[in-house]
Amino acid sequence: MAADILSVLSGSPNPLTSLNSKRWNSLRHILERPGPFCKSDFTASAENLEALQTVLKILVIGAGGLGCELLKDLAMMGFGNLHVIDMDTIELSNLNRQFLFRRKDLGLSKAECAARFINERVPTCHVTSHFAKIQDFDESFYSQFHIIVCGLDSIVARRWINGMLISMLDYNEDGSVDPSTIIPLIDGGTEGFKGNARVILPGLTSCIECTLDLFPPQVTYPLCTIANTPRLPEHCIEYVKIIQWEKENPFSAPLDGDDPQHVAWVYERSLERANQYNISGITYRLVQGVIKNIIPAVASTNAVIAAACATEVFKLGTSCYDNMNNYMNFNDIEGIYTYTYPPEKSDTCLACSNTPQDLNVDDPNTTTLDDLIKILCESQRFQLKSPGLTTIIDGKNKTLYMSAVKSIEQQTRANLTMSLAELGLYDGASIMVSDVNMPTTIQLILKYHPNEVEMK
Amino acid sequence: MIKLFSLKQQKKDGEQLARTGQQKKASAAQLRIQKDINELNLPKTCATEFPDPNDLLNFKLTICPDEGFYRNGRFVFSFRVGPNYPHEPPKVKCETQVYHPNIDLEGNVCLNILREDWNPVLTISSIVYGLQFLFLEPNPEDPLNKEAADQLQSNRALFERNVLRAMQGHTVGDTQFEACLK
Ligand SMILES: [Zn+2]
Repeated sequence: MAADILSVLSGSPNPLTSLNSKRWNSLRHILERPGPFCKSDFTASAENLEALQTVLKILVIGAGGLGCELLKDLAMMGFGNLHVIDMDTIELSNLNRQFLFRRKDLGLSKAECAARFINERVPTCHVTSHFAKIQDFDESFYSQFHIIVCGLDSIVARRWINGMLISMLDYNEDGSVDPSTIIPLIDGGTEGFKGNARVILPGLTSCIECTLDLFPPQVTYPLCTIANTPRLPEHCIEYVKIIQWEKENPFSAPLDGDDPQHVAWVYERSLERANQYNISGITYRLVQGVIKNIIPAVASTNAVIAAACATEVFKLGTSCYDNMNNYMNFNDIEGIYTYTYPPEKSDTCLACSNTPQDLNVDDPNTTTLDDLIKILCESQRFQLKSPGLTTIIDGKNKTLYMSAVKSIEQQTRANLTMSLAELGLYDGASIMVSDVNMPTTIQLILKYHPNEVEMK
Repeated sequence: MIKLFSLKQQKKDGEQLARTGQQKKASAAQLRIQKDINELNLPKTCATEFPDPNDLLNFKLTICPDEGFYRNGRFVFSFRVGPNYPHEPPKVKCETQVYHPNIDLEGNVCLNILREDWNPVLTISSIVYGLQFLFLEPNPEDPLNKEAADQLQSNRALFERNVLRAMQGHTVGDTQFEACLK
């Protein structure tokens, strides 16, 4: 047993000494004693702590304000094997709340510095860092984790990891999700004094895409106000950002909020415009904030949300208690307010209600795209009217046919008489189908059957 | 509650699980725009052009109004749909220089649903109808080209003449327009 554990943890601290340490006494009270609130699959035992230290592998996405808190919380809670991904480097303005970083770290990778700090400070935890974008990894990477916890400020990134985890699900014959393929996603988010924490069990609970409207829309101002009747410093900055930058294109490049020269240019022009309209309050920081859509981060909000997320990781990982169900809103603007409720899973969710369906085809060499469309229109199962079909070949989108748009119809008409094989659609290829008769685009997996199997 | 995983069960190393031949998955934005495009029900004054039929995220819309100040004109808009669609609206620019209260000479368009009133339930069709409406009912209350807006408010006949001059490719004020009559 000991040898097994050690082989898993090559390079990590010796768990046998750490497991006996007094530092885990309070965890032991939870993990080694049964209680009325424990989940039914919980067995009180010393092995629970051991699992926390040696078996559970947790991925933290983001090493910023929430990420620093999460890494610290998880490491101090006894988790022994963490990974962290972040593509950003450390900036001066991070140092007030991203406490794993020091002045000497400016310009270095957040993921690498955060991992180094935890590894030096918490001997029972080993953090592996990835200075990369989440999109740089595929399902073979994400499938190695038991639980993924996010501290992100980007909706695009959230939607991406959500889609990835849902695409990794396997389904049983009856259409239900194979629970062993579920990787729970714990998502934390903060904006100033507001925050939320949620537990997503892909395929079972509502997902990021189900509740896209819960994310506050980006602050935008009417273009005509910006152009003609500016009243706020933000109006002046937006004017320079949207209109003047394109007009004058001072650096022959798109505006980059991380380039100090760009920010300085916008700052000076915004100041001029603000003076014209007697508006005060333009600062370099504000200009940078507006360019990058930054909402000031509040350290205490981050701490609360990260703690809630880490607690959920702990509960999920050890089964010691039921999970939060499943979305908590928090704000500390005036006093403390929290409210937890389960948003409904959407029937038309493009991510989690869009289970790929099999479509049997006899012979890909004789079945043309036109035949396939006829099947979709005439079969009882689909009853489509004028389906638009796309696929992905070698990682690139390909429109197979779409009758609704004239220019696309003309350019894809030749595909109709081609066989599925000629179109590059192999056995198991998926096609995306939209139609007025369906609320969303659905995904079909082509299954080719030799004739003898597919007889009535 | 479903038991998600057994703590005894070690997760396999990343590399061992790699599935070969796995195709990239369509993003939610891609699935949504496909539906929007497939259900584009254009008024007869509008047409779309997809330079690359495999790229549904970048396309052009041509509006040829058949009534109002801009009848017989031909105006081209470019649409750029980002990865955060429909949480964020597409970026729409007018590529034809036009003398219009709500469109500036750089092609920026002041249409509420393209910015502050955008909502994920809106579609590409909603934007097309919004743009078409701008040509039927230019709105001097929300000016982006202030001179044009002032002109529309103070002297409709002169505004109409200016619109025609611009569409014919003449100068209006200090601006030389490109001809865009059909
Ligand atoms: Zn969903």
